[in-house]
Amino acid sequence: MAWTRNVLRVNLTQGSCSTEPLNMEWAEKYLGQRGLASKYLAEEIDPACDALSPDNKLIMATGPLTGTMAATGGRYSVITKSPLTGAIACSNSGGFIGNEIKNAGFDMIIFEGKSPKPVYLLLENEVATLCPADEVWGKSVWETDEILHTKYQDPLLRIAGVGRAAEQGCLYASVVNDLHRAAGRSGVGTVMASKNLKAVAVRGTKGVGNIRDPKAFFKATNEGKRALAENAMTGEGLGALGTQALMNVINEVGAMPTRNMREVQFEGASKISGEAMLEPRESDGKANLTTNAACFGCTIACGRISTIDPQHYTIVNRPEYMGNSGGLEYEAAWALGSDTGVDDLDALTYANFLCNEDGYDPISFGATVAAAMEMFELGAITTKDTGGLELKFGSAEALTKSAELVSTGEGFGKDLGLGSKRLCEKYGHPELSMTVKGQEFPAYDPRGVQGMGLAYATSNRGACHLRGYTVSSELLGVPVKTDPLSTEGKPDLVKAFQDATAAVDSSGLCVFTTFGWTLEDIAPQVDAACEGNWTAESMVEAGERIWNLERKFNLDAGLTAADDTLPERLLKDAAKTGPAKGKVNELGKMLPQYYEVRGWTPEGVPTDATLERLSV
Amino acid sequence: MVRELQTSGASNAQDGASVKITFKLYASLTPLLPGTGTDHATGVEVDPGTSVLDVIDQFKVPRESAHLVLLNGVFIAPEERHKPLLQDGDTLAIWPPVAGG
Repeated sequence: MAWTRNVLRVNLTQGSCSTEPLNMEWAEKYLGQRGLASKYLAEEIDPACDALSPDNKLIMATGPLTGTMAATGGRYSVITKSPLTGAIACSNSGGFIGNEIKNAGFDMIIFEGKSPKPVYLLLENEVATLCPADEVWGKSVWETDEILHTKYQDPLLRIAGVGRAAEQGCLYASVVNDLHRAAGRSGVGTVMASKNLKAVAVRGTKGVGNIRDPKAFFKATNEGKRALAENAMTGEGLGALGTQALMNVINEVGAMPTRNMREVQFEGASKISGEAMLEPRESDGKANLTTNAACFGCTIACGRISTIDPQHYTIVNRPEYMGNSGGLEYEAAWALGSDTGVDDLDALTYANFLCNEDGYDPISFGATVAAAMEMFELGAITTKDTGGLELKFGSAEALTKSAELVSTGEGFGKDLGLGSKRLCEKYGHPELSMTVKGQEFPAYDPRGVQGMGLAYATSNRGACHLRGYTVSSELLGVPVKTDPLSTEGKPDLVKAFQDATAAVDSSGLCVFTTFGWTLEDIAPQVDAACEGNWTAESMVEAGERIWNLERKFNLDAGLTAADDTLPERLLKDAAKTGPAKGKVNELGKMLPQYYEVRGWTPEGVPTDATLERLSV
Repeated sequence: MVRELQTSGASNAQDGASVKITFKLYASLTPLLPGTGTDHATGVEVDPGTSVLDVIDQFKVPRESAHLVLLNGVFIAPEERHKPLLQDGDTLAIWPPVAGG
């Protein structure tokens, strides 16, 4: 269904659930999901509030195409104020929970306040019930999933929840759904746990309806599926090796952040690559990768399902980790691998399993461990601090033990749960934190991909590749190839990617469709599904509106242009090897132009004319 | 002329008359490169003036599958691939269409 036109509001303080109509005026300006929920959040909370106080709200939001037959139409997002960055947070996930919320009869769920005791929300079609969570509080996401499925005896119950990491205050905890999909970044799980909300269990059987023009919708979605199938990236490449195909690519171009971003190429990259995941291992002759997997409605199927070598030290006599589960994607493999200098594929897979089991972001976790390793090397962190753990670059044992500690919040896990910025400040080396606005970098060193430096510095949720993935153009040639080592034209390129992505993130579709689709393919699907005159142009405009709304939220929260920067290491220490050898990121050249093309003042503030033009 | 280097790495051509490069194929193209391990690389000896396309054809890489072509990590556009770009010590790496994020 395009829109159910229903919002479920859950007041956790009072323990009440109520239904209200979706604000259709806002939906026609901000589309859905990221855009629409950000509008609700900006209107309903004080951006300067404490992210972990009851004053913050947490919204689970679908887009107009979530739950429809559009390819990849199963996405949902979790929108809140981030405890990691202090900025607006929006984390997007696939799996099946988004579709289920829509089928239960709601476009979004707004959680407000804080429950006096741990609860979970049970949503069976329109019937919403807050249930005591005594039996699942203190349990992992995986245990919670099993307990609730057993209790309700419904295999089709879809569950999103937080693990022990979030309960223990880890600042980059995620909300995991369907066991191994996650609204992963910016600590949205930490906010959920701070509200004493353990999980959301949903069963929806109401089906699909309310398509504005069904005939046009069938035509547009069918044409879209054909385009994805015929495109070599979305029809073949992503399904075969998943995002992990990039491991060797990014290493070859010299943009592989290595050992806390000291280097830009990792000698062990091929051992932890997508290709390595296909190699049969000696112990049982099986490959790490069992199969690929698809989220609801997806025709791309980039997901990885993996096993760990049964003889690997991490799982000997631990049968609970011997089965299939969510395998490594490139972002996790990079952060857990090259950034820590670890090239043990099974250790990385195990750490990734733990990130899913107890709900925390493998990017932020891996990057935080990497920062800790550099401080350990310098002697700023010692075995006294770590409880005897030798946190050395390249040590698989250090990585996997760190994951076990963050999962439970025990010992040094509490410090690692602070994230890189706070950890580096605590141990006297703030310069070693590879973060923007307090969020850890993803997998592309901006010395080797200049546009990504600007994208990271200006991302509204802190360092992030998914707010403006200019890698697509600078390295992969989609939609057009640009020079990764040049700053020329990058401010316009970054703006174009940021605006288009904001629109896609608000539609209910997966951003990976854009390897095969442009907004010219997406707009007819959205337009046929729901109200509003949706064209490629109006989607770009909505994307720009959303971007400015998020920016305004952040400025109101206290962030300034001074936060649009990169760590000194990336601005002053030149890359040592590869095509970018001798280069730093030239953010200073790009940022003023970016503010200008955005219609912002030199201080990075949207002008009144810009806000008026976009009716923010 | 494109020749695979023997495992000893010995040149078949006279000194100074050939160019030795490292050739890498990834993802679904890997099986086209015989006898390689996890580094996906083999040594190749070519005559001076050999183009990227010559190497692609020699290893039976379908030209439409040679999507991402990197010479020493730098992208070589399709219109450049027939030019005599290869220098001694170069690394030529090729991928079919891949994506990620």
